[in-house]
Formats: sequence, structure tokens, C-alpha cells
Amino acid sequence: MHIHRLEKIFLGLGVITLVAFFLILIALQVGESFKPPASSMTIDPTKVASTPPFDRPGLHKRADGSYEAYYVGQVFFWQPSTLTVPVGAKVHFYVTSTDVVHGFLIEHTDVNLEVMPGWVSTATHVFRHPGDHLIVCDQYCGAGHADMFAHIVVK
Amino acid sequence: MMVLDRMNTATTGAQRRLIFAHLTVAFAALFIGTFFGVLQTLSHANAIQMPPWFDYYRMLTAHGVLLALVFTTFFITGLSHLAVYQTENYPHRSIALGWLAFWLMTVGTVMAAYEILAGNASVLYTFYAPLKASPWFYVGAALLIVGTWVALLEWLLVTNTWRRDHPGERTPLPAFMVLANYIMWFLATVGVAIEVIFMLIPWAFGWVPGVDVLLTRMLFWYFGHPLVYFWLLGAYLVWYGVVPAILKVPIFSDSLTRLAFILFIILSLPVGIHHEFSDPGIADRWKLLQTGLTLMVVVPSLMTAFALFATFEEYAAKLGKTGFFGIVGSLPWGDPAFAGIALAMLLFIFGGIGGILNASYTLDSTIHNTMWVVGHFHITVGGPVALTLLAATWRLLPALTGKRLFSVGLARAQVWLWFVGMAVMSFAMHTEGLMGAPRRVEHYTYGGSAIAAAWQPYSLLAAGGGMVIFLSVIAFAIVLFGTIFSKSDVTESESARAFTFALARPGDEAPSAFDRLGLWTLVAVALVIVAYAGPFYQHFSEHVYLVPGMRTW
Repeated sequence: MHIHRLEKIFLGLGVITLVAFFLILIALQVGESFKPPASSMTIDPTKVASTPPFDRPGLHKRADGSYEAYYVGQVFFWQPSTLTVPVGAKVHFYVTSTDVVHGFLIEHTDVNLEVMPGWVSTATHVFRHPGDHLIVCDQYCGAGHADMFAHIVVK
Repeated sequence: MMVLDRMNTATTGAQRRLIFAHLTVAFAALFIGTFFGVLQTLSHANAIQMPPWFDYYRMLTAHGVLLALVFTTFFITGLSHLAVYQTENYPHRSIALGWLAFWLMTVGTVMAAYEILAGNASVLYTFYAPLKASPWFYVGAALLIVGTWVALLEWLLVTNTWRRDHPGERTPLPAFMVLANYIMWFLATVGVAIEVIFMLIPWAFGWVPGVDVLLTRMLFWYFGHPLVYFWLLGAYLVWYGVVPAILKVPIFSDSLTRLAFILFIILSLPVGIHHEFSDPGIADRWKLLQTGLTLMVVVPSLMTAFALFATFEEYAAKLGKTGFFGIVGSLPWGDPAFAGIALAMLLFIFGGIGGILNASYTLDSTIHNTMWVVGHFHITVGGPVALTLLAATWRLLPALTGKRLFSVGLARAQVWLWFVGMAVMSFAMHTEGLMGAPRRVEHYTYGGSAIAAAWQPYSLLAAGGGMVIFLSVIAFAIVLFGTIFSKSDVTESESARAFTFALARPGDEAPSAFDRLGLWTLVAVALVIVAYAGPFYQHFSEHVYLVPGMRTW
């Protein structure tokens, strides 16, 4: 089997580039600076409304000054539909579904979660600027999928 | 010329009828699917409103299933029959298994399509549980999958006989490429078959109370990503095998072609979790592992790019042309089959680069479930793969029907329209996605949101691209039916030469280890275990709730 000299160079450069990409991802994960969402919290999807703290969806303040936001998705709305958070707030999101799979996307942030019945998806975001953030459902959930949205007001 | 003469092994009429039957179903799916596609782009851009009796999501499900699953599977299976029959040269073998496969697939397709069009299965082509479709939709899907296994069995039997009669020889390259693709496909479809047969069907019939949602998603994507390589290898069968024959040059490297296909058998499978970067229940380390494996599967496509450019260079050198513009200018752009395939390759440069970006979960958080993803798969399966198959049709038709192409000019226009329309639509979708537009939504007003209003111009641009693609489909239909019903025959030798597979250059024989497909299958299975043992162990060691599911449309 003969491999052309130019092909060796071409493939070599390609492989080096791919390895560099992978090393960057390893460094980000080992250095804790970027990890994909990977929560392993589960919840009984038929009892969300009676399971604290999802029985009271909304904002809860932690002792360290950051916030926890509990969201429940169901066809075809989010609870809470509007959430107000102070500028500079660090918010830990906990999102679950009572019925089918939904998607929790806060526009123009890195918060983008698949929300599955039986599981609690998590993400953290710091809201540095005042303004209005649109939350949409970005996983098809049925006839009213396009009308499933909410707002976060930062002020 | 020697290359072509040696390959002049015509198929029999019975074989051609079997192949043509596959293409017939593929084209029916193409026409219905693309019609729904253009309506979708208009509906998505808020330009039209679908009526309640034929809503957007049933149309979207039909579009995805008919084009991504039915058109591709039927076309590639028909094409694979041709590749095997032509090169194995067993004109007298029974093709009963081929017909059995065809009818299983067709009955399954009709069953699933009926449920979708009747509005009983608006679950989109990913059919994520616990969206609960009619059980017959899942039964239809299972038949479509199992049908392809029967076709693989037919080719394994033929190849086995061939090998017994030709000891010490390498499996002919076209048959090798077909087997590599369908072995990979078989391993992949085992996942979705388990999902559909053992989880979704019993649940949809109400025999079990609930379904393990994350497990269905892991099984689906274990199948769902190799699915895209199944499409791609269908196109690569044409790129590696037929393009050199069109250019009348030998295969650039028989050995490296086989190596690329072996790498696809091994590396296509252990990567599905890159579709689940945003899922809970799968630890970040498993996501990192499959990201690394996903990046590795880029290598055989880099090899393909090199081989194809080298093939073009060799063709140009015969004509005394050198340099980039000399080579590109010398290519036979007047041949609609060649032009379409070359344009498809050009689109794949952008599709491939987008794929490398998508492999990293750092970007995924920005573009996951946005229109970016829709743009990506339209410039991969919708561009490179579909355009290759449609362009190949302009040589397949004379080969299968013995008729002269109805209009070469219109066929040329067809491939260019598809290229331009797909490039424009995909660019618009990528841009919309970067701006945050979610995928799979009928319209987006979001209560008059300013963010959503900013997506509108790009939705309209995508609709414009969609209409150009549909013009291409109309041109395709005119040339297709014009040719089938034409009275103008080509000569027998023209027909036999219209669609052939190139041969290796003398002395280029692959190492015998490359022919040991069983061994490479085992390597693939081993790598699947490496990639999936962790996620599955994690899943089964956690407390998982079964979900009853519902119909939400």
C-alpha cells in the first residue's frame, strides 16, 4: 500500500489540528472552565407539583448570595412565566418536565438544556447586564411548541 | 478506455427492474418530501399559515421521514444492488431476497407514511419518547429497518460465493464499499431496532405502563449518527467508484479507498452521544470521550477529499492541464451527472467544517436545537448526499431504461438550481441559528419579541432558497418522466457504459487484511463497548423513572 508524500503531509496536518481541538476540550474540562450539562438528579415526573422545591417554581436565595431558579416545563408553558433577578446575580437553574421532552434555551446565553420528564437538568449563569431575556422551548413538544416561552427580567 | 471495457458487465433485465423499483419509491418520497419542505420554509417565515387539517408538525414529520429515511435508504439500497450485481457478475443468481427486502421496506414505509399523513404520528423523524405515536408508525419503522438487513444478507451470500470462486483475490471494490456501508448500518440499526421493537411498540400498544426516556434517546442516537455516515457512504460509493469512471481514469488508490471505508465501519458508531451534549444523566467524561471519537471520524473524509482532488488532477493531466484553474476548467461540467456530483463535493467542504465545529460541546451550548443544526444537515445530507444521488440519476436512467436523457440542458439546470438553493437556504438557517432561532417551530412571534423579529429576514431568505430547490425538483421531474416515456433509445453499449464503476490501477492491490470485514466488525463492536459501557452503566445504576407519555398534538 503506497501513500503519496503529499497525502501524508495533508493528513498529518489534519490530524494535528483535530488533536489540538481535543486537547483544548480536555483542558477546559480538567480545568473546570467549561463542562457540558450533565446533571444526574432524577425526580418522579408524576409528582413534580408536590415535590419540593418544584412545588414552588421560582427564585430561591442561597446563603452564599447566589440564587436557585426552579422551572417546570409542561405543554405548552414554563413556570414561572416571568422571573425577576437583580443585576449581577449568579443563578443556578434547575429545570424539569411533567410530560414530554422540552428544551430550555435562554436567548443569548449558554443556557441550553434538554429537559426530560424524570430528570432535573441544571446550568448556571451570571446575569451581568440589565434587560429582558427570552426563554424559548427549543425541543419539539407538540402542537403548541412555538408558543411555549417565558421571560427573565434583569434589573 | 481499458478501464471501461473491462467493467462492461451489464446487469440483467430482472436486476434492473429491482433497482428501478427502489428508485421509484425514492423518487415518490422525494417529490412529496420536497413539496412539504418548501411549504415549511414559507410557514416558518410566517408567510403562510398551514390549515388545521394539515398542520405544520405532521408535514415536518413527513418531510423528515420521507427524505432523510425513505428517499436515502431506498436510493442507496437500489444503488448498492447495482454496484454488487455489476461487479460480482452473477446475472443468473436469484434476486428473491432483494425483492423480499424491497417489499418489507415498502410495506413499512407505507404504514408509517399513512400514520404520519393521517396525523397520528406527529413525532418528527427522531420520534423522541414520550411523544406517543400510533403503534403502527413504530411497526412501519421496524419493517423499514429489518428490510435493509435482508438486502445485506443477499450481498453477503453473493460475496461469499464470489470469494469461493476467486480464492486469493480481493473483493471487488464496489461490492466492498457496499458491504462496509451496510455492515456499519446493520450494527447501527440494531440499536434503533431494540428501541422500537422492545421499548416503543409494547409501550405504544399499552402493554407496558411507561418508557425509559433517556434509554430510548441513547439507543436512537447510537443509530442516529451512524445513519448520517450511511447516507454519506452512499454518496462516497459514487464519488470513489463512479466519478473516476466518468473521467476515464483509474481509482486514485484502491487500498486507501478500502482503508477509508474500514475507518468508517470502526469510527461511525461510538459517537452518538455528541447529539446528547445537553442531556442530563450522561456524565461529562463520556461526552468528552465521544467528542474525541467524533473528531477521529473526520480522518477518512480528509482521505476522501485528497483522493478526489488527485483524481481530478490525473484527469486534467491527460488533457495537458495543470494548476488549480486549469484543472477545474478542464473538468466535464457539461455532463449533468459530473457537474452535480462536483457541486455536491463543494457543499460538503462547508458541511464537513460545520460538523467539526458541532462535535465540540463548547459550541453546542450556543447552537444546540437551533436552526444552525437544520442548516448543517441540509448542507450535508440535503446537499452533498442528495445532490450526488440526484445527479447520479442522470447516468442511472439511461443505464436502467435504455432511454436517452430527455433534456441534458434541463438536467444541468437541475443540479445548479439545487446547489444554489441549498447553499442559500443553509447559509440563512446557520445564521438564524447563531442568532438564537430555535429549530422545529411553526412560527416565531414569542409575544412580539424583538429578538425573534431579528430572525425574520433570514427566514425569508431560507424560504427563497427553498423555492429554488423546489424549482430544481420540478426540473428533475420533467427530465425523469420525459426520459422514462421517451421513444429515443440509446445503443446497448451506450447504456452499458452510462453508469459503471472504475477499476484499480494495475499493481494497486490492497493488503489482504483489508478484506477481513469480519475482523473489522469485531473491532467496531469493541470500540462501541469502550464508548458506551460507561454511559450505560451510569444509566442503569441510577434511579430512573418510567414515563407514561402522551399525544401532544
